[in-house]
Amino acid sequence: MNIDNIKKEFPIFSKKIHNNDLVYLDSANSSQKPQSVIDRIYDFYSNEFSNVGRSVHYLAVKATNLYEDTRVSVQKYLNAKDNKEIVFTKGATEAINLVANTFGQKYLKEGDEILITELEHHSNYVPWHYLRKNRGIKIQFAEVNDEGEITIESIEKKITKKTKIIAVTHLSNVTGAILPIKEITELAHSKGIPILVDGCQSAPHLKLDMQDLNCDFYTISCHKMYGPTGLGILYAKKKWLEELPPYQGGGGMIKEVKKEEITYGDLPNKYEAGTMATAQVIAFNESINFLNKIGIDNIAKHEKELMDYGMEVLRKNNSVRLIGNPKKKGAVLSFTIDGIHPHDIATILDEDGVAIRAGHHCCQILHEKLGLNATARASLGVYNTKEDLDKLNEAINKCKKIFDTK
Amino acid sequence: MNLKELYQEIILDHGKNPRNLRKTENFNRDARGYNPLCGDKVHVFLKLDENKKIKDISFEGSGCAISMASASIMTDLVKEKDEKDIKELTKDFLNMIKEKPDISTKTLSENDKTKLMSLSGVKQYPMRVKCATLAWHTLKSAITNSQEEINTEKFD
Repeated sequence: MNIDNIKKEFPIFSKKIHNNDLVYLDSANSSQKPQSVIDRIYDFYSNEFSNVGRSVHYLAVKATNLYEDTRVSVQKYLNAKDNKEIVFTKGATEAINLVANTFGQKYLKEGDEILITELEHHSNYVPWHYLRKNRGIKIQFAEVNDEGEITIESIEKKITKKTKIIAVTHLSNVTGAILPIKEITELAHSKGIPILVDGCQSAPHLKLDMQDLNCDFYTISCHKMYGPTGLGILYAKKKWLEELPPYQGGGGMIKEVKKEEITYGDLPNKYEAGTMATAQVIAFNESINFLNKIGIDNIAKHEKELMDYGMEVLRKNNSVRLIGNPKKKGAVLSFTIDGIHPHDIATILDEDGVAIRAGHHCCQILHEKLGLNATARASLGVYNTKEDLDKLNEAINKCKKIFDTK
Repeated sequence: MNLKELYQEIILDHGKNPRNLRKTENFNRDARGYNPLCGDKVHVFLKLDENKKIKDISFEGSGCAISMASASIMTDLVKEKDEKDIKELTKDFLNMIKEKPDISTKTLSENDKTKLMSLSGVKQYPMRVKCATLAWHTLKSAITNSQEEINTEKFD
């Protein structure tokens, strides 16, 4: 695997940021896009554009086939049993809202409990909070340990007879902890509880197998997978998509509409109301091709090496404190520097073209637990190198110099 | 872009050792400010006399060097000023931090003006302007007794 060649596929790396080469360490926020994905959007609008699933003319048939091709690619990428288990959404956030809303409508009543964790991104908390407000359900939080992990025991401790669904992240966007999803799913199912997994951070980095994980719902953000914005994926076991009510109403999701009654379309149309992000869906097939071409196992190996290197470099740097030390960890390096606020760190690093994120990373519950208002986060993608991490370290040293800390 | 202009000595000094970082005893006005984008918080306490002149001002809070320095410098400058002067100074400062090259108010000494102008480098960093303005919006809320928590997202 030749990173130089991979990097060349991303046109953004030929740009200068404040006269420096770009060191992009914000892929957990959103990844950069390879030329093939960018070209596919342009090409589709230029040569093949039509709306999908409606008209019978040549372009409509072609666009519909391309759109459905991506669904099959996603099914294969996730090793889902059936391509009807793949629903396109406007993002992972919408995918979680879809489940919270429809599952809540059908199955939840006052006093019922939803179990999430202290690691969750706001997008896997706020949608459930609406149910707390509107339906009087309770939200339980499995507690994060000192290493920034969620253990199977911490989940088990918070399961009660009233737990109706468990919603957990696969990979924390702050501590990098990889949760034991298969075990949590087995535990949940042994108690008759369905499980939703927020896979935003895992999908670009880990090999995924829905049939092996056996979870009920899995949500994905395409723009973190070298794909376009405005697109997410909900994987759901077919029985759930059949049982749950539709989410949004509109064109494309119906079977028959009469003045007295409306019947809904078959899967997955039932959940894809209105004109979808067609160009993004079609271009996302190129993202999957890109990931498959390199191989997710190779990507995972490369990122693990980088992360180990990054942790080693940052650990040696006095006054840098790494946040979390999970045994199984994804490509996320969150840290603080004594005496320098993360926002100041991010501004100073940016001057050298080093792009990181600073703040609470949409995880205020976790930051409150850590006793921190904010952290700095360097997150990795397939295009990163050890040199990037050296530049990060150099820029951190520059911060320390400006702030005169040791 | 110029980091040296942003992180001037005065800012680093006030950021590290904020003045008036305490709670005024017997304060009669206060207001809270919050920047939801970064989590910076400030709580400003005032003791006004019968002529609405500031006899004491202090703040509590946490945040980046820019927001802490801005709050520290602000509390240093506004003591013994009355409501009218403070409103004018706030307006002046907010204009300067966004677009105007200088501050026009006559109520500051040259030394104080230099301190305040040390924040002018923020102009080049649009994402950081709200760090610098948080304390000032909060002061305005405290002095007008609006009882409103300041949220920087509500301002341009």
